[in-house]
Amino acid sequence: MSRNECIAMLLAGGEGRRLGVLTKDLAKPAVHFGGKYRIIDFTLSNCVNSGIETVGVLTQYQPLVLNRYLGIGSPWGLDRREGGMHVLPPYVRQKGGVWYKGTANAIYQNIGFIERYEPEYVLIISGDHIYKMDYGLMLEQHKKTCADATIAVITVPWADASRFGILSVDEEGRVVEFAEKPKQPKSNLASMGVYIFSWKVLRESLIQDEADSHSSHDFGKDIIPKLLADQSRLHSYRFEGYWKDVGTIESLWEANMDLLEDEPSLDLYDRDWRIYSVNPNRPAQYLSPEATVLSSMINEGSVVEGSVNRSVLFHGVKIGEGSVVEDSVIMPNAIVGRGAKVIRAIVGEGAVVGEGCQVGSVDSEEIAVVGSGAVVNAEKPLEEANPI
Amino acid sequence: MKLPMMGVINLIHETEEMGSLTANRCLATVPFAGRYRLIDFVLSSMVNSGVPRVAVFAHTKFRSLMDHLGSGGNWDLHRKQSGLFVLPPAMEDMTDFGKGDLYQFYRNRDYFARSSLEYVVIARSHMACNVDFAAILEQHRERDADITVVCKKWPHAQTGLTRKVKLDASGRVVEMQDHFGRLTSDLVSMEMYVMRKDLLIDLVATSLAQGKDHLVRHAILPRLTELKVNAYLHDGYLGVVNTIPAYYRHNMELLNPDVWNELFFRPGPIYTKVKDEPPSRYRSGSNAIHSLVANGCEIEGTVENSILFRGVKVRRGAVVRNSIVMQNGVIGENGSLENCILDKEVEIRPLQQLKGTSEMPFLALKRNVI
Repeated sequence: MSRNECIAMLLAGGEGRRLGVLTKDLAKPAVHFGGKYRIIDFTLSNCVNSGIETVGVLTQYQPLVLNRYLGIGSPWGLDRREGGMHVLPPYVRQKGGVWYKGTANAIYQNIGFIERYEPEYVLIISGDHIYKMDYGLMLEQHKKTCADATIAVITVPWADASRFGILSVDEEGRVVEFAEKPKQPKSNLASMGVYIFSWKVLRESLIQDEADSHSSHDFGKDIIPKLLADQSRLHSYRFEGYWKDVGTIESLWEANMDLLEDEPSLDLYDRDWRIYSVNPNRPAQYLSPEATVLSSMINEGSVVEGSVNRSVLFHGVKIGEGSVVEDSVIMPNAIVGRGAKVIRAIVGEGAVVGEGCQVGSVDSEEIAVVGSGAVVNAEKPLEEANPI
Repeated sequence: MKLPMMGVINLIHETEEMGSLTANRCLATVPFAGRYRLIDFVLSSMVNSGVPRVAVFAHTKFRSLMDHLGSGGNWDLHRKQSGLFVLPPAMEDMTDFGKGDLYQFYRNRDYFARSSLEYVVIARSHMACNVDFAAILEQHRERDADITVVCKKWPHAQTGLTRKVKLDASGRVVEMQDHFGRLTSDLVSMEMYVMRKDLLIDLVATSLAQGKDHLVRHAILPRLTELKVNAYLHDGYLGVVNTIPAYYRHNMELLNPDVWNELFFRPGPIYTKVKDEPPSRYRSGSNAIHSLVANGCEIEGTVENSILFRGVKVRRGAVVRNSIVMQNGVIGENGSLENCILDKEVEIRPLQQLKGTSEMPFLALKRNVI
């Protein structure tokens, strides 16, 4: 594709409120995942691997960690002379400025950015989702069907359908109905929050939407239903593969555990579709003579002297002698002290589980969470250690 | 902070007996410690110490060197001002190839001339160490030395090939001999020389004018009385990696957590080329202990006392003991390795058994299928 045929706008302002202490100081796209990555690495890598090399990243909530992480996009090969990655926070204009009022308003406020590239098509994606997808194939279909907009869809279990934007399509894949989180879903095709628009159409509908004082300025709630009502050509693009919205502690934990299956459906080892991330530059991981490691993923710079089973360890993690880590996710630079037990838990970045302490248990339904930087020890049990 | 000193990493006529490990690469790019190349240690030390300008004088087989260093960005040396310079040999004809380092310094004299930095440190690529050049320069100035050579107390039996150094009571170098010399001393040279740039340029000109072209042998050794040559004693870890036994030994020493911490973190981190490998995966039947494992590995078998580089696969039932497996090696089902060094991309077929000794490990050539 020619350089500016299609540019991507990546929504990265998600608050991720349901992730609790894990998103206290950072936006959801910056949450750690998979031993090495932050969630946004997946969409950025998808863009690069799909040949889309102009990406606007819209940030709003708690952008410090995210901005520092993104830099000028070099880790993803997006520091380019033309295009490349640009961070787009809300800004002040002559007539004052406002926060992004919704996903559609965020794009509306950056119409000027998009126009500089004069694209035919604009890809709208969210930095909250974990999946590997070739947007190039979706664009091909979009062009072939002469659609105004193409919405990527995935089949979800009927039981979960009411949590998503649900589409009904005809036999050609054209969208006939769209319902945001319906109580009685008519289909189990869920929108993945991945859209390709012909820019002229999107531009027009963004301007109309902005003028509508009743609109919540959201793609799922306003833009798509309006286009459908106006008889625009909306097509669905079927995606088969792993796709996850890690909105809650449980789903974040689960998504990490998914990687430990013998044949995980999200393959991180595919050299033709690498997931890029900021490299922490640490030495190879060290396993002591007493270590046992089973069914786990471990990143560089970690030191394991205890027992690790069915767990994901990020970089620079220390697992002390005689400690047991099971069914858990240990984020960067966290320390599990000697003889400590971490079971069914997420231990946040830089957190410490003191010597002999226990976090989580086999019988617990809930996943225990130690917040970033929290210190759990004999004097301070987990309930008191977490930041409020 | 920026140091008023430029760096030279001198790859001209490196002393080595590395067999097939240097068949297609220079000593500087021999893979080491799971994810590094030898040159990363001295290069990272220079960067962490604040040396803003580094020239690598390449000599032979430098394809892997160029590939590894690129623009220098991974070491933060991709800069507007100074940064990294890779200088291949300048030759009028093939006979110039045999000429020594002073000749190449002379041919590339613009590198030295185009900078106002007052000092220069000339180092080799095969010292696995983490050195603070700021402290070395400080001692050099304090003692008002002409040349400071970095040395290490070495009470162990020799494994790498090093020059031996003898000091007088004041710390001045009174004798220095090549590795085959008869001098007995527990002090070895780390082949890092700090001096004023002006002195280096003077030594280059004077020596070449007399038909001499080797920095240490022709310019420094004969002047130990004329010039004040001091030693700086490095007290951190050192691995002199220029023979196969030394290569094996110094890799294995990293399985001591104290050495791991010292070499990789103190005083600064060691940088290398980024490969974007995912974390390593240990499957249900795996049994890995006392090992160093780089990213991107998939382990289903047994790994003990070993170093696995990036992207190594140890299949079900396979056993890897006391061995070094370089990048993308594959040990097939129920295969076994003991005291082996596998160069990059070696494939061990299922059920194959290979065994060397700790004194002379079995060495498999790059991309061999055994």
